[in-house]
Amino acid sequence: MRQQRLTWTIAAVLTASFAGGALAQANEQFVPANGYWVGPYAPGGSGIFGGMLDYFKLLNTRDGGINGVKLTWEKCETEYNNARGVECYERSKKKGPTGATVIHPLSTGITYSLIDKASTDHIPVISLGYGRTDASDGRVFPYIFPLITNYWSQNTAKIKYIGSKEGGMDKLKGKKIVNIYHDSAYGKETIAVLDVQAKKYGFEVTHIAVPHPGNEQQAQWLQVRQIKPDWVILRGWGVMNPTALKAAAKVGFPRTKIIGVWWSGAEEDVLPAGDAAKGYIAAGFNLPGTNFPLMQEIQKHVYAKGQGEMDDKSRIGSVYHTRGVVHGIVTAEAIRTAQERFGKGKPITGEQMRWGIENLNISDARLKELGAVGLMSALKVSCMDHEGGGGVKFMQWDGKKWNVITDWIATDQSIVRPMIEASAAQYAKEKSITPRDCSKEK
Amino acid sequence: MLYREAGQFRSSYAEDQQIFPIRQDRIAFAVLLVVAFLIVPVVANQYWLSALLIPFLIYALAALGLNILTGYAGQLSLGTAAFMAVGAFMSYNFELRIPGMPILVSFALAGVCAAAVGIVFGLPSLRIKGFYLAVATLACQFFVLWALTRFGWFSNYSTSGVITAQKIVIFGYAFESTQSKYLLTLAIVTVMALAAKNLMRTGTGRSFMAVRDMDVAAEVIGIPIMKTKLLAFAISSFYCGVAGALYAYCYLGTVEPEAFNLDLSFRILFMIILGGVGSILGSFLGAAFITLLPIFLNVGSKAIEEALGIEVSHAMVSNLELMIFGALIVFFLIIEPHGLARLWQIAKEKLRLWPFPH
Repeated sequence: MRQQRLTWTIAAVLTASFAGGALAQANEQFVPANGYWVGPYAPGGSGIFGGMLDYFKLLNTRDGGINGVKLTWEKCETEYNNARGVECYERSKKKGPTGATVIHPLSTGITYSLIDKASTDHIPVISLGYGRTDASDGRVFPYIFPLITNYWSQNTAKIKYIGSKEGGMDKLKGKKIVNIYHDSAYGKETIAVLDVQAKKYGFEVTHIAVPHPGNEQQAQWLQVRQIKPDWVILRGWGVMNPTALKAAAKVGFPRTKIIGVWWSGAEEDVLPAGDAAKGYIAAGFNLPGTNFPLMQEIQKHVYAKGQGEMDDKSRIGSVYHTRGVVHGIVTAEAIRTAQERFGKGKPITGEQMRWGIENLNISDARLKELGAVGLMSALKVSCMDHEGGGGVKFMQWDGKKWNVITDWIATDQSIVRPMIEASAAQYAKEKSITPRDCSKEK
Repeated sequence: MLYREAGQFRSSYAEDQQIFPIRQDRIAFAVLLVVAFLIVPVVANQYWLSALLIPFLIYALAALGLNILTGYAGQLSLGTAAFMAVGAFMSYNFELRIPGMPILVSFALAGVCAAAVGIVFGLPSLRIKGFYLAVATLACQFFVLWALTRFGWFSNYSTSGVITAQKIVIFGYAFESTQSKYLLTLAIVTVMALAAKNLMRTGTGRSFMAVRDMDVAAEVIGIPIMKTKLLAFAISSFYCGVAGALYAYCYLGTVEPEAFNLDLSFRILFMIILGGVGSILGSFLGAAFITLLPIFLNVGSKAIEEALGIEVSHAMVSNLELMIFGALIVFFLIIEPHGLARLWQIAKEKLRLWPFPH
């Protein structure tokens, strides 16, 4: 009898939770937090969503939401797994008064899985610094936004940085660069653009794959030693990064000549390598630190009240945490932009949010108002350009913290844009999509 | 009382040999099909269809494929996900490169390609057995993913190696809504599951089982070992290949080779171990257990949290769910090592005696 009652309770609870989405509240804007807090990539997932939700909490407590519309969210565990990511997306898309406003998949794989679904459901997907590169062509991908800079653009900034260190882009001729990449869709993404740049500037590039998860790299680094490159680009993810730094130390390759992409450039990537990581350089579209006025506000209004997301307080202001704050800024600013057009103080729909992101303009002046100067670069999105033209800064690890060593380096769109348009056109042809005419968008 | 075959006489061979000899089973199965085909698409919302039922059916089909090989023919394989990958990428290429190709034909041809790969990687099974064979099929898992990422042709030279499934059009009807995709998946899975059920009752199926139980004895009674083992690999890979094609076309739409990693192969192997090795029903039960239970746990824990009004850190809840899931797997394996299908069988036997067990 008792067992039966228990079964009924569980059944009732389950039904209630599946039907629960219908209870709509008026002035709320629902943003799903479909991320990962367990598994090998948990530092990235918990840090970034921690930062984003911290920023939302700040807006809610300090400003009472965006023009009076409170932000709400619900966490859903994707485990960095495509199938679970799709499940979370389907679960969250109808919640809140206007459904899911925008999705941050936080995984290149999940982004790919959601492109079709989100486009049909009219829910924009923001893949901030990851995801499908050719989605930067907004004519073919109206709902997908690989904002700030995509992988290819980041790569051009990296070559520019190497050029500046060598004393000019013309000095790159005859230099040797090795690209060590994670053998996955994410890792392979920059091979084509590197080859194009190698041809243009006359340097020699060798691509070396590291199989997932990358905790064994002896062979690859011995190969690096044979090639004797001038620079190594490290395109790693997760455990692959500290392993690479340790292996480089073993074969005696100077760490000051290794440049990591921004998924290889967090505290979690270098700390496990210990001293081997000293001098290592990484790219970033956001900077770490707690001294930005905005981060101070978050400490004051959120953490001082004991509402912060990060359980480990030392992670406040870490690379992943501030990257999450950047996610929050972009999301909130896009909601604000959409409200200005579709009605202030009212929750917006996914379609309106799409307009909001497409017309997003975070100028330097606006960054100053937000107290986020230097935290991220200015951003201006358009129908043609779903990337927004952000810049890249480079940071060097001194064994304790990241030190910024450059200003914002602009990307080279003269190389990237034609490749994006060609790739997007091929996608459009395969899917028989007619690209939008951007001059007709209002 | 209700479930009893007393009074059901069979007067022809055809009646004696049908899949469900007991009338109540036939009725139950017919009701199940009616519910799945007619009622579910109307009642279920998009979340249920696209996030739970479609993946469940696709995984069940892949598990069924593996069950033919491992459960019926006794050849342990860790290459299931690779065969699915072949199916997904080849159906994409057939659609892409041959204009006007009917989608169902590409699914079938993709299955055939997977079968061909299966035969090649089944060759070691002629010499090695058991765990050693599992290691040999592991080579298939890595080789296929390597080939798909290495040779641009497979993904039509996409920079990231990702493919995007084309639209599904059959006889001019575009399968775009979730309901239609669910029905398409369900129809294919139903037909293939019934085919598998029947296949296992034919001479081919019996020779599979003979090879599984003792291959030397099977050879002595005149079963060609090479042909039987390779056929088992071919049929199994065909099923997995079609499942892979459905995974790309009806479920995700865009797939990268990394989606078909070793992890997926293991998951499918766990499905048949939990569901029941050598059982068609077991493939479905196992797939339901592995794919749906974690989600129910997740939804349930959220609801309990809300009902009790306590706030627990999300990371803690997520880790707890994994632990509960693991504990449940151990629990079911202890109470019934032969899988959920065996539990179901025991339940049916008990039901026949109910309410007067002697």
